[in-house]
Amino acid sequence: MSARETMFTRIRARLPAGTAAQRAAAVDERLARHARNLVPARGAGDEAHRIGVFTAMMEAVGGTVETLDDVNDVPHAVAAYLRRGNLPAHVRRGVDPLLARLPWHRGGAIEVAEGRAEESDRASVTRAFAGVAESGTIIQISGPENPTTLNFLPEAHIVLLEASQLFGSYEEVWTKLRAAMGEGNMPRTVNMISGPSRTADIEQTIVRPAHGPKNMHVIIVRGS
Amino acid sequence: MPPDAPRVALFVTCLVDLFRPSVGFAAVKLLEDAGCRVEVPEAQTCCGQPAYNSGDKADARALARQVIAAFKGYDYVVAPSGSCGGMIIKHYPELFETGTAEQAAAQELAARTHELVSFLTRVMGVGKVEAQFPARATYHDSCSGLRELGVRDEPRQLLASVAGLSLREMTDSEVCCGFGGTFCVKYPGISDKMLEKKLKHVQATGADTLIAGDLGCLMNMAGKLKRQGSFVKARHVAEVLAGDYLTPPIAEAE
Amino acid sequence: MDMSGAAFPDNVSRALADGKLQYAMTETGPRFIQKRAKAREALPEFDQLRDQARDIKDHVLANLDVYLERYEARVRASGGQVHWAETPDQARAAILGICRKVKARLVTKGKSMISEEIDLNQHLAENGVTPVETDLGEYIIQLRNERPSHIIAPAVHLTRDQVEADFRKAHTHLDPNRDLTEIPSLVEEARAVLRQKYLAADVGVTGANFLIAETGTSIIVTNEGNGDLTQNLPRVHIVLASIEKIVPTLEDASTILRVLARSATGQDFSNYTTLSTGPRRAGDLDGPDEYHVVILDNGRVNVLGTEFQDMLRCIRCGACLNHCPVYNAIGGHAYGWVYPGPIGAVVTPALIGIENAPHLPNASTFCGRCEEVCPMRIPIPRMLRHWREKEFERHLQPAAMRWGLGLWAWVARRPALYRRATALAARILANQGHGAGRLASVPFASGWTQNRDLPAPQGKTFHQLWKERRR
Repeated sequence: MSARETMFTRIRARLPAGTAAQRAAAVDERLARHARNLVPARGAGDEAHRIGVFTAMMEAVGGTVETLDDVNDVPHAVAAYLRRGNLPAHVRRGVDPLLARLPWHRGGAIEVAEGRAEESDRASVTRAFAGVAESGTIIQISGPENPTTLNFLPEAHIVLLEASQLFGSYEEVWTKLRAAMGEGNMPRTVNMISGPSRTADIEQTIVRPAHGPKNMHVIIVRGS
Repeated sequence: MPPDAPRVALFVTCLVDLFRPSVGFAAVKLLEDAGCRVEVPEAQTCCGQPAYNSGDKADARALARQVIAAFKGYDYVVAPSGSCGGMIIKHYPELFETGTAEQAAAQELAARTHELVSFLTRVMGVGKVEAQFPARATYHDSCSGLRELGVRDEPRQLLASVAGLSLREMTDSEVCCGFGGTFCVKYPGISDKMLEKKLKHVQATGADTLIAGDLGCLMNMAGKLKRQGSFVKARHVAEVLAGDYLTPPIAEAE
Repeated sequence: MDMSGAAFPDNVSRALADGKLQYAMTETGPRFIQKRAKAREALPEFDQLRDQARDIKDHVLANLDVYLERYEARVRASGGQVHWAETPDQARAAILGICRKVKARLVTKGKSMISEEIDLNQHLAENGVTPVETDLGEYIIQLRNERPSHIIAPAVHLTRDQVEADFRKAHTHLDPNRDLTEIPSLVEEARAVLRQKYLAADVGVTGANFLIAETGTSIIVTNEGNGDLTQNLPRVHIVLASIEKIVPTLEDASTILRVLARSATGQDFSNYTTLSTGPRRAGDLDGPDEYHVVILDNGRVNVLGTEFQDMLRCIRCGACLNHCPVYNAIGGHAYGWVYPGPIGAVVTPALIGIENAPHLPNASTFCGRCEEVCPMRIPIPRMLRHWREKEFERHLQPAAMRWGLGLWAWVARRPALYRRATALAARILANQGHGAGRLASVPFASGWTQNRDLPAPQGKTFHQLWKERRR
C-alpha cells in the first residue's frame, strides 16, 4: 500500500463507520456554498469610511497613503514620492492596462520599465486587485499585469488602488475573485499585504525592512 | 436566625483544616452575617484534586463520591477556596460517565457549590462588610478562582468596604504564583522563579499586606516572603473581610 | 541541551541559571501579552471569531478524509503535485527526491515547524543540498545550530550581542570593523546576505499555515516577506504541511486568519499573507515552474477521535507560550523537542510518545492562562491532565510520588482516621514551628523548604475546634 492509501485508511478507521457518503455530501455542499462566517463591522461603511479605516490601518503599520481624484495624476504622484524618498526616477511595472495607459510623461523625467522585478530595481508600481479596509490590506494577484516579484524585491512598493475596489472585508474580495476566476479557481498567487516588511525577531524590537520592501505607498484613486 | 435562612455546608478544605482554622471560622462568620445557617459535615476530608491532577482518576472519583454523599441535602456548599470550589464545580461532573446517575449527582452538587466571596456577593447579595482591617493591601487572583469560576471583581468590591483598608493593584495580579499543588514540590526551581516574579510585583506596590482567596497560594507566597525576610503579611481574604486582624498572619507568630 | 524530552529537569536547571536567557525572557515576554490584549480590545468580535474558528477546525477533523481528497484534487487541477508522508522518513525522502530531480544545490526555506519535526535541514545537508533558513530568527538559530525556542519567535531566547557574535563568526566576508551594535544594523546585514541566497536558490521550501480544500491553495503568513522571496524566485516551490492544516474555504481561512495574527503578535493582520495555488501559469513572468505539497502525518492520525483530538486545532500562534509562566521561566529549549510551551507539552507526547516526554505534562500549575488565550479554544490543561492519566495508568511517574499519593488518598477516604492523622500532624508541625509560625525545614518536604518556609499550623485542626466550639 502507498503512504497515501495507508493514511486514508487509518483516518477513515478513526471516523464514524458507514458515514462516508453522507459526510462527502456535507463537505461538497459546504465547499459549494462557501458561506461567510462572522464578518467584523470595522470595515463596513461608505467609501469615505473605508478610505479612512484603510488609511489609518496602513499608516499604523508604517505604510503611507495618499488619495487622488484623477487617475491621470498618478504619474506625478509617483514622481513626487520617489523624489521625497530620494530614490532614482525609475520604476518597474507589469503590463496592467490601466498602468500602461497612464500619462507617465507627466511624471517628468521618470523612467518606466515593464516586466518582473530585477535585483537592481529600487521602486515598483503595481495596480491592486482590491483593498480591504478592515486591516489596511492590499490584495495583489499574480500575472504578467502585475508580476508578484514587484511586491517584494524593490525597496519601495507603490500601489495604485481604485477606491471602487476598496472593500470592507476579505470576504467581499473573495466574491470578486470568484467572479473573475470562476468557482474554485485561483490565480497562482494572491498576496495580501499590510504594510512594509518588518521583523521583531531580535529582542522583540520592530525593525523595517526585513526582506521585503522598506516602504509601501498606496495611492487611492477616487471615482475611477 | 430566620427559619427560611439557607442551610449552608462549609467545605473547609484540607489546607484550612490542617494549617489555618481561622480562615474557616472567618468564613463561618461571613456566612452567618449574610444570613446563612452554617453546618460543617463531619465526613469531609479533601476534594480529591491532588489525585485528579496527578492522573489518578480512580481515587479522585472515590473522594468525589465521598464529598457528594457528605454534602447531600444542603441548600449550598461553600468553600473558602477557588481551587477546591473549581474542583467540585467544574471537574466533578467530568469524573463520571455522561448520562449516569452519578454524573447527575455530581452536577447537582456542582450547581449548588460556590467559592466563598462570590457566594456572598452573587447569591446572598452582600455588597459590603462591617469590618475593620488596617492595611495597605494588594490582592492576588488565584488561578482557579479567576479562570475557572470568574471571581475577579467580587473580592475587590467587598475589600473596598473594609474600614481602614486601602487596595492597590499589582502588575500581573492574574499570573500564577507558582504553587500549583504538587507542582511546587516536583519542580521547585520553576516554582521558585515564578514566585520570585510574583513577589517582585507584590513588593513594587508598597503594600504591607498580601491578600488572596486560596490558602495554597498564600502558604507559597507567605513562605517565600518570610524566607526573604519581608515585612509583607499574607492573609486570606475571608480573614480580612471578617475583620480578624488579631490572628497572626500566615507563617508568622504572635 | 538534551533533545530527548526526558532530560527536562536538567534542562530546567540550566535554563534557570542562564542569565542571558533569563534577561531575554523577562524583557520580551510581557510585550507579546500587552500587544495581544490591545488587538483583542480593538476587535469587539474577537471572542466570537474564536468560537467560529474552533467550529471550523472541528468540522474539518470530523471529515478529514473527504477534505484531504478534495484538497488534493484541486492541487492537481491547478498543476501542482501532492506527496503523502506517514513518517518523517517519507517526507524527507520526498523532498530530497524533488531536489535531486532538479539537481538542486541550494534550498532556501521559509519558517516551518514541521521541517524541524522531520529534521529536514540535517537530512538535506547530509545529502549534498545546502539549506538556508530565511526567517531572521530561524537564520540566527541555524547559525547557532539550535532549535527554535518559540513557535513564532525562534530566537526569542537570545540577546542582540549574542546575535552580533554569531554574525561576526558567520559573515567573514564582511568588514570586521563594521558597527553591529544596534539591532537595525543586524537586520540590514541579514537582509543583504540572504538576498543573494534567494536569488541563487534552486528550490524554496515553505511551511503552510492553512491548506484550502475549496481551491487547492496553501497559505503562508510572514512579516518579513522572506516566505514570498523563498517561494517566488527559485524554480521549484515545495510546501511542507501536515494533515490538520486543512480549512474548507477562503471564508473559513479568513475567519481563522483574523484570530491568528492578533493572538500571535498582536497585529491586526500579518504583513504578508500569501495564497499559493499551483506553479507558474502561461504568461507569468515569475513564480516557480513546479509546485509540490508534502503532507505529513507523523502520529497525528492517532490522535483523531481520542480525548486528545482538540490539539489538532492548533494554528501555532504561540499565544499559549507567551502567556505561560512556566515557559517564561525556562524558555523553549528546556522542553527538549520541537514544540515548546503548553501546546508543546500536549503535542510532544502525542508525536514522540509519552514515555519519551514524561515531564512535560506535569510541568504545569494548571493556571489556565493558555486555554484562556488560545484562539482555537484548545483545552490545554485538560489535555495535560489526560496525559497524566496515561502516565498514571502506565506507571510512568516516580514510585515515591505514586505511593505517597496512594497512601494519602487511602487515608482521605476514611474520614475518622483522617481526622486523627491531621490532628496529630497539626500538633507536631505547630510544635516544631517553635512559636515562629513557620518551619525552615521539614523532613520529606525539601521540595517546599529549599526555597521557602512552611507556614506552621495554628495548633488544632478546624474540625477539632469546631467540635469544641459546639460543645
